[in-house]
Parts: sequence; C-alpha cells; structure tokens
Amino acid sequence: MKTLYKVPGAVTDCPTTYCPGCPHGVAHRIIGELLDEMQLTRKTVIVWPVGCSVFGYYFIDTDAVEAAHGRACAMATGIKRTHPESFVITYQGDGDLASIGIAETIHAAARGERICVIYVNNGNYGMTGGQMAPTTLLGQVTTTSPYGREAHANGFPLKVPEMLAVIDGPVYIARASLDSPKHIIQAKKFIKKAFKVQVNDLGFSLVELISSCPTNWKMTPEESLERIRKQVLPVFPIGELKVDEGVA
Amino acid sequence: METRVIVNEERCKSCNLCVEVCPKKVLRISDRLNPKGYRPVELFDNEACISCGFCYLICPDAAIVEVRRPVKAKA
Amino acid sequence: MSEKVLMKGAEAIAESAIRAGCMAFFGYPITPQNETPEYFSRRMPQVGRVFLQAESEVAAINMVYGAACTGTRVITTSSSPGISLMQEGFSYIANSNVPCVVVNVMRGGPGLGDIAPAQADYNQATKGGGHGDYHSIVIAPHTVQEAADLMFKAFGLADKYRIMVVMLMDGLMGQMMEPVEFREWVDVKNNKIPVWATAGQGKRARRNIITSLEILAEGLEKMDIALQEKYTEIKSSEVCCEEYMMDDAEYAITAFGTVARISKTVVDLARERGIKAGLIRPVTVWPFPEMVFKKRAEQVRFFFDVEMNEGQMLLDVRLSVNGKKPVYYYGRLGGIVPSAEEMLDELEKLVGGKK
Repeated sequence: MKTLYKVPGAVTDCPTTYCPGCPHGVAHRIIGELLDEMQLTRKTVIVWPVGCSVFGYYFIDTDAVEAAHGRACAMATGIKRTHPESFVITYQGDGDLASIGIAETIHAAARGERICVIYVNNGNYGMTGGQMAPTTLLGQVTTTSPYGREAHANGFPLKVPEMLAVIDGPVYIARASLDSPKHIIQAKKFIKKAFKVQVNDLGFSLVELISSCPTNWKMTPEESLERIRKQVLPVFPIGELKVDEGVA
Repeated sequence: METRVIVNEERCKSCNLCVEVCPKKVLRISDRLNPKGYRPVELFDNEACISCGFCYLICPDAAIVEVRRPVKAKA
Repeated sequence: MSEKVLMKGAEAIAESAIRAGCMAFFGYPITPQNETPEYFSRRMPQVGRVFLQAESEVAAINMVYGAACTGTRVITTSSSPGISLMQEGFSYIANSNVPCVVVNVMRGGPGLGDIAPAQADYNQATKGGGHGDYHSIVIAPHTVQEAADLMFKAFGLADKYRIMVVMLMDGLMGQMMEPVEFREWVDVKNNKIPVWATAGQGKRARRNIITSLEILAEGLEKMDIALQEKYTEIKSSEVCCEEYMMDDAEYAITAFGTVARISKTVVDLARERGIKAGLIRPVTVWPFPEMVFKKRAEQVRFFFDVEMNEGQMLLDVRLSVNGKKPVYYYGRLGGIVPSAEEMLDELEKLVGGKK
C-alpha cells in the first residue's frame, strides 16, 4: 500500500477540545503537515490566542506561548526580533485578531515583521458563546445581535486581508476557505507560500481561513459548510490579495 | 485487500463531514460508541473506495489517520 | 568599574541596562521618560541589539513578554499612564514566570495628570497592579549612580527568580545629571537560550510551553501557591534597605526615591538643630524591609513618612511598625516635590509636640 495522506507527526495524539465538525482541527493539521514537510517543527514557536484555540498548544507539537487576548502579533514580534532564527507563527481567531488585536495586527504587518499569521474567521466569538464579531455578516443573528447584525447600529463586516493588502509592509496576504476538500488543498497552498515568505526572510504574511461554527450557528457541520459557500464566501471572497515579488 | 482508510475511532467525533464529502459513499457512522461517547465513522466498502483522500482532508479531528492505495504489482 | 561620566539619570539607566546585557528594548513614547528610549534607539543598533518603538504600551509590554519567553534580557520604560496600560501584560508575565525589567518614571496622576515628578504609583507597583495574586520585585533608586547599579541587580534578580523587576523613578531622577561610574559589561557573546524558554525546540528532548492558563481550579491553585512560595523566598533573601544616621536616631524619617534623597538633607539639617533624626530608605519597596522597621520601633520615638503621594508606603510602614510607635505622614501631591525646609518644619512641629 502506498500512503497518500497521513496525519503528520507535528499533530499531537491529544484529542482536540473543539466541537464536532469545527474546522479548527483542519487548520491545525495543515499547519502540522507543512511544518513537518518543510522541516520547521523544531524551529517553530506558535503564539496561541484567546478563543476556542486557546489550548492549541496541546494539539500541535512545537514550542508554544499563550498570548493575552489580541496580543499575539506583539508577542510574536518580541520572539522573532530577539530570535530571528526561530520560525514564528500566530494562530488567531476573528475576535482576537480583528477586534481586540487589530492594532497589534496592523502594526506588525506595517512593520513587515517576519512572522506568519494564521487567521481563522468563523464570524463570531465561539468560545464565549457566539457573540457578534467584527466579521459577523449583516443580518446574522448572534447572542449579542439577536435581531440580526444591522449596519446602522453595528457597522459592517471587517475584511482584514483587504485592509492589509493596501499597506506596504505585508509581503503575502491571502484568504482561503475550509469548507471543502478542494478549498482545503488551496488553503494549504496559500499557507505554504506564507511559510516560505518567512523562511526566505521576506516579511509579513497572513492567511485568513474562512471557517464555521456549527455549535453557535446552530447548524449541523454539513449545513455550516454549506452556509460558508452560500453566504460567507460572497462577502469574504477567497484568493490571493497581495503577492509581492519573490513569493514562491 | 488491506484497508484504504485507517480510522482512529477514539478521535472521531461523529461529525459526519467525511461521510458527506465521500464521492463513493463508502463511509458511514457506525453503531459502536467510542470512549467519548461518539459513534465513530467506519469504511464499510473498501472495494469501492478510490483513496481520493477527501475524508482525510475534511476531517477536523485527525481521526482519518491515513489514506492509502494498493501498489500495482510490477510485472 | 569604568571612569566617571556626567550623565542624566534617564540616559544612565539605559547605558547601564545595555552593559548589563539587555538585548532588546520595546517601548512607546511618553513624557517624562523619552530620553531613555531615545538613548536606546541610538545605542542598541551600535551594539547589534534590538530597539523597537511599539504602536502602544499594550503592544510594547506584550513584545517584552514574547522576548522574555525566550529568556532574553529585555526592558521597557514608560511613565504612569503608560504603565497603567501595561498592567495586563504584567499579570501574564507574573503567572508565566518569565524575566524582564520595567522602568516606571512616575508622573502626577490620576488620569492624564501632569508630567511632574510623583510617587503615586507605589501601590500599583508593590501590590501587583494587574489582576490576580502576584508581585513584582520593585526597586527605588535615589541617585543616578544607584539607578545605574540597581539596573544590573534588576536583570540579575529577574533572571534568578524568572520575575518582572520594576524600577520606580520619577522625572526628577531622570533629568538630574550626576557623575556615574558604570560596571563592567556583561559578556553576551555566549548567551544561551535557557532550558525553559520557547525559541523553538531545537535539540531539546521536550518542547516548552509558556502559558498563564490553567483551566482547572486545582491546577491553578498549585500554580498560585508556587508563585507565593517564590515570593516568600524573595522576601527572605532580597530585601534591601539603607539606613542613614540611624545608630543613635530618636526620630526615623522614612522615604523612598527622590524624597529619600531630600530626606538625607533633612536629617543633616535636623541634627544641626539638635534633633537626632535618621533615615530609613527602602531600596526594595517590594519586598518591603519590614524587619528594619520592626527593629527600629524599639529605638525611635516615632516614624515620619514622607512621600510624593497621599501616603501609600505609609501603610506598609504602619503594618511593619504594628502600632509600637506613632507613624506620622507628610506628603505633596500632583507632582510637587517637597523641599527640605518644609519637611524640616513638619519634623520640628512633630518633635516639638512630642518632646
């Protein structure tokens, strides 16, 4: 038998704490695969966020630190600046990165910090019980937008990659989706490019991963992926938004 | 023939995503219970499996541990 | 020791930090301490080290936190409102057991306050300041030379206990020019990443995880108790206190930092007038030199606590004296530095009333 796909060694044996059907685990596995394939696992420090993936360090087998809510990019800056030989990743959700941590994110990007940001967007605060996030779609019902997000009161969904793509600091900015095998393969391709940006010391990279939250969306896992395709991707279209010279 | 899809039943959370994306519909939720109380997925038709790997790719829990295909015997 | 140079306090602490092996500075501009980051910004690139101006104090302290997790000697400097913003990071740093040095050049508050010298962040610094049961080691120099010396000690203590060390200063100390003699450079050529640090697993057998999170109460209690045990050890080993003219003193002035400096003049003036005054000057305000006060309570008629705040250290003095002798207080607020004359007047009034 020839092995076509195999869970990488960088993914630990510890079962995840995520709800059934939550795509966080897919994002973890992609990162683990790439760290092993690119022989980065032992050089890597992952800065984990506050949110559902707060225990991420149990699931990916690298040196790890746990940041305060939103501060991952600042912490990663401190690690990378003092240890440029390390491979530094932040793993952040949309509440963490796009709300409380937006300043740290934008400035790390603007400075061109040599870090990779994996930004998982499921349109709500999952761990705290499904409150409205900056990425919540218009009309979407959450526990703090019980009548649906309404632009006049709550503004519009924040598109972080589009924002970052117009500043000079970042080298590679992309958005992928975890809704289907095809898009998951594409997500891995994008993240690989992002990782190479840091390996080649080119600068800042960020890949947003459109994800789901079956529990708080009150859907089955299949329905939640279907919602990504029908409702989320039209607002958050996938693709590469900034690819500077030298990105391979 | 050896199995094309290796499942770690203890990690499975019965989310059904692999069953859903399987193009050949060779996976199903079993009626066993794992230690966490989930009914793990199983490959029930190895012959019809094409080792496409969709189940591995969509699995959020690394429960689809490995996907393989038989190596053709060399003449 | 090297030769003496005339230097501002704000620059001397930066130079001393660099000589003490500080590899990285992260900070955000705020008056009255900008000369310090400006000095770092000139010097750090010259010696191949990191200077980074952050987008906020919140980011700065989290950059410090990240660098501290790699076991790198790292510093930030700020002033009261900026230090308030950093409290979140301080709390995380405490429960992560990572070393760093923070300088607070205190200014008048609360709120935006003013930019004049003050000591009103004593409670914030010595009682933790952020959330949770924690302490930082807090040191309070009273001369430029002492600040330079204590900077070496600060990095040493930070590494020894894997703890944050705060240096409490004020704008007066920062602006003051004094001759200063720096210690020998710490050799950083062979710096090694400590075994507990997170800079990539490398050849280590096990990976490292640094977190302040423990979701199970029983586990978190264990972490909290371990912290308290560390604090107990620090309290028993690292208390530092200067006593000036205390051998035959009948009245003990007590003060820290800038006020302690003025107090030495007050002691001299008082003695010229026949008042046997002395000074107890806590160098570490946490851990607080409780035993010194306890001991001197047997000797002196009263304690006279002077601060540039509403009487914050006063509470620690009273707890240490434990009712044995009266503890009087005099202070100025809002960034006013008390003069030796007014302090002497107050002391004379108290002595007159007690004679």
